[in-house]
Amino acid sequence: MTPRRKRMWIIALCVLGVGIAVALILTAFNQNLMYFYSPSEVARGEAPGNRAFRLGGMVVKGSVERGDAKDLTVRFKVTDFAQERAIAYRGILPDLFREGQGIVAIGQLDAQGVFVASEVLAKHDEKYMPPEVAQALKDGQASKAAQP
Amino acid sequence: MIPELGHFALAMALAIAVLQAVVPLVGAQRGNVLWMSLARPAARAQLVFLALAFAALSHAFITNDFSVAYVAANSNSALPLAFRISALWGAHEGSLLLWVLLLAVWSCAVSFASRGLPLAFVARVLAVMAIISIGFLLFMLITSNPFLRELPPPADGADLNPLLQDFGLVIHPPMLYTGYVGFSVAFSFAIAGLIGGHLDSAWARWARPWTLLAWCFLTIGIALGSWWAYYELGWGGWWFWDPVENASFMPWLLGTALIHSLAATEKRDVFKSWTVLLAIGAFGLSLLGTFLVRSGVLTSVHAFASDPARGIFILAFLVLVIGGALVLYAWRGASMGVSASYATTSRETFLLANSVLLTVACATVLLGTLYPLVLDALNLGKLSVGPPYFNNVFIPVMSPLVVLLGLGQHARWKQDRFATLCRELRMPLLGAVLLLGATVAAMSEARSPRAIFGLALAAWVVSTSIGGVIQRCRQRQSAWRAFMNLPAAYLGQHLAHLGFAVTIVGVTLVSLNTVDLHTRMAPGERAQVAGYDFHFVATVPLTGPNYTGTEAQFEVARPGAAPIRLSAEKRNYHVRGMPMTEAGIDPGLTRDIYISLGEPLDKQAWSVRLSVKPFVRWLWLGAILMAAGGIIAMCDGRFRRVVARRVANVGGRQGAAS
Repeated sequence: MTPRRKRMWIIALCVLGVGIAVALILTAFNQNLMYFYSPSEVARGEAPGNRAFRLGGMVVKGSVERGDAKDLTVRFKVTDFAQERAIAYRGILPDLFREGQGIVAIGQLDAQGVFVASEVLAKHDEKYMPPEVAQALKDGQASKAAQP
Repeated sequence: MIPELGHFALAMALAIAVLQAVVPLVGAQRGNVLWMSLARPAARAQLVFLALAFAALSHAFITNDFSVAYVAANSNSALPLAFRISALWGAHEGSLLLWVLLLAVWSCAVSFASRGLPLAFVARVLAVMAIISIGFLLFMLITSNPFLRELPPPADGADLNPLLQDFGLVIHPPMLYTGYVGFSVAFSFAIAGLIGGHLDSAWARWARPWTLLAWCFLTIGIALGSWWAYYELGWGGWWFWDPVENASFMPWLLGTALIHSLAATEKRDVFKSWTVLLAIGAFGLSLLGTFLVRSGVLTSVHAFASDPARGIFILAFLVLVIGGALVLYAWRGASMGVSASYATTSRETFLLANSVLLTVACATVLLGTLYPLVLDALNLGKLSVGPPYFNNVFIPVMSPLVVLLGLGQHARWKQDRFATLCRELRMPLLGAVLLLGATVAAMSEARSPRAIFGLALAAWVVSTSIGGVIQRCRQRQSAWRAFMNLPAAYLGQHLAHLGFAVTIVGVTLVSLNTVDLHTRMAPGERAQVAGYDFHFVATVPLTGPNYTGTEAQFEVARPGAAPIRLSAEKRNYHVRGMPMTEAGIDPGLTRDIYISLGEPLDKQAWSVRLSVKPFVRWLWLGAILMAAGGIIAMCDGRFRRVVARRVANVGGRQGAAS
């Protein structure tokens, strides 16, 4: 093989490698993007039905129901003060999960419209509200104020 | 009075930094020895003043001086002394002070340990470091002064975030920052080399030990962070692909590429421009990390500061420093001269391929970290990138890297024959297969395809590393003497690679084989997890210096073995009213037993998390080995000998001149 041909081969291989890497990265990236939706947006049907997303809001006071089950199933509702959405979760909730606290849940909607969460996040600071949740609460309140 | 002295010391440090940046740089351009020789004393004086400022802030924390706003916001009179001191770097302003202090420590270290280097070069290096220091000092004095008073003072402080009231805070940030800031030395060496136009193997030889040291600190810092998260956050995760973790991991990836590329530049005078770019990139990502963590743009537990002015300042500084460096690179890059040539089958090729792979890995992490921020900034929606993205991309990129690592360790510099290389690799390949077979036979849980894949990669690294040492020693007459005479850099290289293999084993097994049970348990009940019997014995009330809580006592046993007593705690910190989980952990070389409490349920029952985590310690053990390898390599006599020779040269020249 002449050095020139050899160099061409190397360049072709590099291009191929980079191409594969980029394709791989973009596919994985696309599959794992999770958008954030507020309860109002979910109620308007904007959230995807068949893929995971993040749902945030304030935990409705008095809505947390813990069954007696061994598997720690818990149901609660989140609100943006305009709409509420029921969430079902199985497992241990974070330390700062409380009624009246802003949380973000990751999961999917089921056929009944219940958000089945695989993960619940509450921020580790009593003053701190996740920024998306703060925005969602503000929007929710604004939309409620707009309706007489 | 003392906080004002601290403030004054900061201002003095800024003035000295300006001197240290301007005078030696101009002196180096004009060949003025007097101006150049100002750099060293200036660097030392800057350290003195920053140490004073640091001491003043420590004093405010120790004496509970709540008239200082920063102390009031982050400490409390009930806080134990050790945490009052570490609270200094528990939030934004103090951690910046730690940043500049460490920068001054590195500058001072350069000023002492550079006696063999040409004066103009040292002057430029210290001037570039002073420019970075100016940026950070201005940032502190303008937007984030830790010495601001709050009058009248509050009766007591708002307390340190309970998550941070831990030994982890005492040690993790200083280590991590030392690593971050340490890359500024490599960066300054690169810039000084670009300005002076002598980027050759001698330059690489000077830069190598500094870069290695910074890399070791960063490695340990990241491992400490992972270990801290594991035991402190209460759910046993050791890596979250959290943006802040990514911020420390990206410089590590480029830094790893940099130490390898530097080695090639030193030995073979190749990849010069690539090395310079990596040095700029590694430090640029360290700055970006500071920006990400400190500007409050992240949705993250670490983002304690939320002030847009700060974000804009750091961003502008970042653009200035990195943009300036890249412009300089474009302008002066041609002065680097031609690199030596090498054949397709050679160690250079493998090193280059791996540093490209590391860069790709770094780019994928960067994409996943920054994309949500960019979209949010442009008001295009709020989204986040899930951990599966990072896992799905990272593993395919790192796997070929591991294979090439083994090949590269055996390939010769400059030119090798592919057939010879294959013949040489027969024994290591056999060794890897045997090692893998023995491991899989001994551990029934390691038989899934993914576990075998991970372990195979680790076995390949181990057997090529050990095989490399054996081959090198066997060629000599006395193998033992040959082993004892191996250069430290060579031993360090193999130790670090073994550490990498150990980490791969840990990552593979703990990711695939962790058994986790979330369940409801009351005292007296039992649960079985992965062959262990967990017995919830009792709960007892708990009183600490600034918290009260509940301690749950467990006995964990394998059938026929003596039970291990473990206790998990749920604490409630009074001042902030924040609950905290303290996990009960029984560490072991082959498995950790991990118990943490969820929340109290009715009838004395608790939600509990019971886990058995195989080989989780290997994650951090591997990091320790990697860092140890780096330190050993750094101590190679070769780096000191060069310096000594330079001293003789410079002395001779000066003698002639006088």
